[in-house]
Amino acid sequence: MLDGRGAVGRKASWRLFLSGGWLVLIALLAVAAPLISPHDPLEQDLFAGRLPPIWMDGADPAYLLGTDSLGRDVLSRIIHGSRVALTVALIAGLATGFVGSALGLLAGTLRGRTDLVISRLVDIWMAFPPVLFAILLIAVLGTGLSSIVIAIVVIDWTRFCRVVRAEAMNQSKMDYIASAVVAGQGRAGILWREIGPNVLPTIVALLTLEMGIAVIVEAILSFVNLSISTDAPTWGGMIAEGRTAVYQAWWVLVFPLVVLFLTVLSFSQLGEGLKDRFDPVLR
Amino acid sequence: MSAFLTIRNLSAMLRGGTQRVLRSVDLSVEAGEVRGLVGESGAGKSMIGKAVLGILPSAVTVVEGEILLDGKNLLAMPQKERRRTIGAVAALIPQDPLTALNPTRRIGRQITDRLVDILGWSKADAHARALQLLHEVQIENPERVMASYPHELSGGMRQRVLIASAFAANPKMIIADEPTTALDVTVQKQILKLIREMQARHGTAMLFVTHDLGVVSKVCQKLSVLYSGKVVEDRAVSDFFAAPGHAYSKALLAATPKYTDPFASLLPVDEAVIAAVDEEVKAADREWRHG
Ligand SMILES: Nc1ncnc2c1ncn2[C@@H]1O[C@H](COP(=O)(O)OP(=O)(O)OP(=O)(O)O)[C@@H](O)[C@H]1O
Ligand SMILES: [Mg+2]
Repeated sequence: MLDGRGAVGRKASWRLFLSGGWLVLIALLAVAAPLISPHDPLEQDLFAGRLPPIWMDGADPAYLLGTDSLGRDVLSRIIHGSRVALTVALIAGLATGFVGSALGLLAGTLRGRTDLVISRLVDIWMAFPPVLFAILLIAVLGTGLSSIVIAIVVIDWTRFCRVVRAEAMNQSKMDYIASAVVAGQGRAGILWREIGPNVLPTIVALLTLEMGIAVIVEAILSFVNLSISTDAPTWGGMIAEGRTAVYQAWWVLVFPLVVLFLTVLSFSQLGEGLKDRFDPVLR
Repeated sequence: MSAFLTIRNLSAMLRGGTQRVLRSVDLSVEAGEVRGLVGESGAGKSMIGKAVLGILPSAVTVVEGEILLDGKNLLAMPQKERRRTIGAVAALIPQDPLTALNPTRRIGRQITDRLVDILGWSKADAHARALQLLHEVQIENPERVMASYPHELSGGMRQRVLIASAFAANPKMIIADEPTTALDVTVQKQILKLIREMQARHGTAMLFVTHDLGVVSKVCQKLSVLYSGKVVEDRAVSDFFAAPGHAYSKALLAATPKYTDPFASLLPVDEAVIAAVDEEVKAADREWRHG
């Protein structure tokens, strides 16, 4: 028993360490981007186009990960791209989590008509194919950071709502809620004190997952050229550009793709790790 | 009016159903007295307790009758006032110590919060009271237990905590819904003894739900036997064990292992007896519909 728990603890902490470490690194890159980027991410040098990464023949040591067809430094563009990715992840993740969890908590705790209305809304909502929905929304709202955030919230709040509602209902059936009601605890107290903390681990796990999803959605929208419309570099945009010359300069596609993949993976692993670590029932 | 809790003619139905789950229940508990409530699974024992405490599931509605707690008519009050009235005098000892404590909060807070938030005690007083009660339920090292989370305690310890918590606000009435069924036999005995001691020391009235007549004989002074939501027997425990009044109770008693002779063959409850009591329930339903 004790050994088993120890093993879970160790696995969880490795997971937390690696995923958390990667995300901290990306966050540092995002914050310090102008200071640490070796080049201006927008600066073109047509004489230095499609230079390979440093360990390959014909590389220029000034461009660690090579350059794209316009001669822009891939590393600097990845570093600057993390800004958009993390901003969207943070804002869209939190906003989606807030809206979805609040509605889910209300539905699961108050039940009755509130639950009926919210649940039907979720059902209807989920009938829309999400990517199409996103593109449609951006077409209506126009491109830009706030549009992306709104699109993600509008599409994905149901994910939180469904899970949090079910969890809140589970908790409501527990005897400790009955005792709290008997003791005279009001609705707000029950929600805030009794049910809230018990669904929090679930919310946190979903939140990190959602941040990963936000990064992907942003990348997809950039890929189809519907993200923030300024010329700030984004990972999705880089992947789209890299695709056109993948046989001549694979590095323009592969490096941002790997960074995107690791970031999304880290977000979801962070969620799992935190859940294992902080869920008092599992602990 | 001497009884602390009086339930009169209480009927409840499942929403949208046609059958009553409680059938014109009459039941009373005098101040300081323990009444056992026995019956087979699904008879509606918990339903009665929940009705008194105002925590009926939303699928169940009371269709007639009244519940007087400390002389106040609960069902005639607006919800808020009812909650306050119940909270001021009654408490619950739940069945399952696993789900009866909030897993995310420390034991101490769970005992003291109610005193502080709802009864307006000072934090220091509440803390002292919690310590005293944990001591009363024979928890060694109460300070450490107060700082623990529920998952750090054994089932028996949690049930002790729940008993302490139920007695914390000096309730005049406690509803214990099968407080020992989730525990193993040796722990069961200790917890029963503890509940009886605490009840006697504090002079608390108690409605003790169980399906074990052996437990009733040790803890209760009065007894109600419930069958299919209908009270078929209501009498003093000593009388009951001398001579149960209803054929169903007699059969129930015959089907209970005796401590003096636990290996004596047990009679299953006779089918004829069940048929008779079923008929009685149906007759009551007919009368209720027409009356
Ligand atoms: N939430 C609910 N919704 C609908 N019906 C319910 C609900 N809870 C209980 N019932 C029904 O009400 C009846 C009485 O249930 P109750 O829980 O009071 O039985 P009980 O006597 O406490 O049984 P046990 O010994 O198993 O605890 C049962 O027939 C049960 O099926
Ligand atoms: Mg029950």
